[in-house]
Amino acid sequence: MDYALESLIKIAIVLGVIITTVAYVVLAERKVSAYIQNRLGPNRVGPWGLLQPLADGLKFILKEDVIPNHVNKAIYLIAPAAILVPALMGFAVVPFGDTLMVVGREVQLIISDADIGVLYILAVSSLGVYGVVLGGWASNNKYALMGGVRASAQMISYELSLGLSLIGVLMIAESLKLSDVVNLQATGTVLGVLPAWFVFNQPIACLVFMVSVFAETNRLPFDLPEAEQELVAGYHAEYSSMKFAMFFMAEYAHMITASALIATLFFGGWHLPGVDPTDSSFALSVLKVLVFAVKTAFFLFVFIWVRWTVPRFRYDQVMRLGWKYLLPLALLNVLLTGLYLTLNR
Amino acid sequence: METAVFYVLATIAVASAVLLVLFRNPVYSALSLVATLFAVAGLFVLLNAYFLAAVQIIVYAGAVMVLFLFVIMLLNLGHSEALESTVGRYRLTGVIFLCALLVAQLTAVGTRQLRGPVAENEALRTENVQTLGKLLYTDFLFPFEVASIILLVALIGVVVLVKRETPETT
Repeated sequence: MDYALESLIKIAIVLGVIITTVAYVVLAERKVSAYIQNRLGPNRVGPWGLLQPLADGLKFILKEDVIPNHVNKAIYLIAPAAILVPALMGFAVVPFGDTLMVVGREVQLIISDADIGVLYILAVSSLGVYGVVLGGWASNNKYALMGGVRASAQMISYELSLGLSLIGVLMIAESLKLSDVVNLQATGTVLGVLPAWFVFNQPIACLVFMVSVFAETNRLPFDLPEAEQELVAGYHAEYSSMKFAMFFMAEYAHMITASALIATLFFGGWHLPGVDPTDSSFALSVLKVLVFAVKTAFFLFVFIWVRWTVPRFRYDQVMRLGWKYLLPLALLNVLLTGLYLTLNR
Repeated sequence: METAVFYVLATIAVASAVLLVLFRNPVYSALSLVATLFAVAGLFVLLNAYFLAAVQIIVYAGAVMVLFLFVIMLLNLGHSEALESTVGRYRLTGVIFLCALLVAQLTAVGTRQLRGPVAENEALRTENVQTLGKLLYTDFLFPFEVASIILLVALIGVVVLVKRETPETT
């Protein structure tokens, strides 16, 4: 019973943190884009515009919810949920810290340290496409359908590279548990000076993973499913009010999970070089959580930074990059890692 | 608790499998198949077969069914008349084939019941992924390699079919 209660509390906290972060990442996106374009961005609601997310949320809830007559109603209503739920589920196996002593109990800072951690992530991320496809189809609108079709083709193509890029990491870690992957990165060094983070061990895998994740989250330069200039808004063109907000939140929740994964798999998770990873005093445990939060925030910033810097690819370029460059690169990485491991046995 | 979860999942699996056949709209059918796959993955989790559950979701729900939906949407198979004309011709063959499959399934389950309960593999329960990997590469190496060759043949077949040169029409 204790275990169940502990898990429930952790789930509640993580969900709360993610939803709040979603709101503030939206604000961060508007602010960062404004500064990149030499503007000020939202600065009217609260100090420095910090209460803007509240105003936005209120607006989304109070707007009229239009359900067009030409949609397939059942699936039209399912789609926003089908995209938001997998986006939030992904975080369940991400370790956001080591352990923390709370009222005399040693709590592991991860919702479920499942044996199949990495596979779980691949499974959940492969489900994200349903919301996009169903939303596009149910809207009964040619632009929305085009967006849905593009999304499914793009996500299936990049899922392969995503999965294959992780195999190199798994071959070294010899475990699918994300806590094992982080612990391995927290011990030892690469070339004597660098921390044993997988970005140094597996640079090719890191590159392929990051590019594929951009494609999986439908962010620029891979935002063809919603390309405004060609498809109005793609798969969510017919959605309004809170249902549109759910698509919007899902995109940012996907970004948060993706950033947390990049930090966990390739940048040492909660590990900070110079801090003893085995020391689990209260202050250091909190520090580890903060380190993880800062790393995740940095990759969220990279997502935004790239969006306002790089223009959108053409559709054939997206497909060519996925199948002709990333996939062979990921396969090559698996081969090289295998060779290295055999020779160093 | 476990029994209760089992019955819930089993009911979902069977109900959505039946709905899959009854729905007239192919998109609904595809979605109820996805529901069945999820329920079966849940059953795998109850049996401590985590790896199988994850692979079920990744391969079937995440890849195969998305492609099915993709094709259904592209061809817009929403009209029942279009469906009648293609499926109707093969209905008898389908019924015979499925009946044969049902008989084979029941026979397999029946003979297994007669042989008594299967000994539970402790290692598979506690270290699911590692044990499964070892078994695949030792005891079951031959079927594993045969399966990969079949997949490779299918892959090459697709490439050949797509690459086949069409005679110039102009």
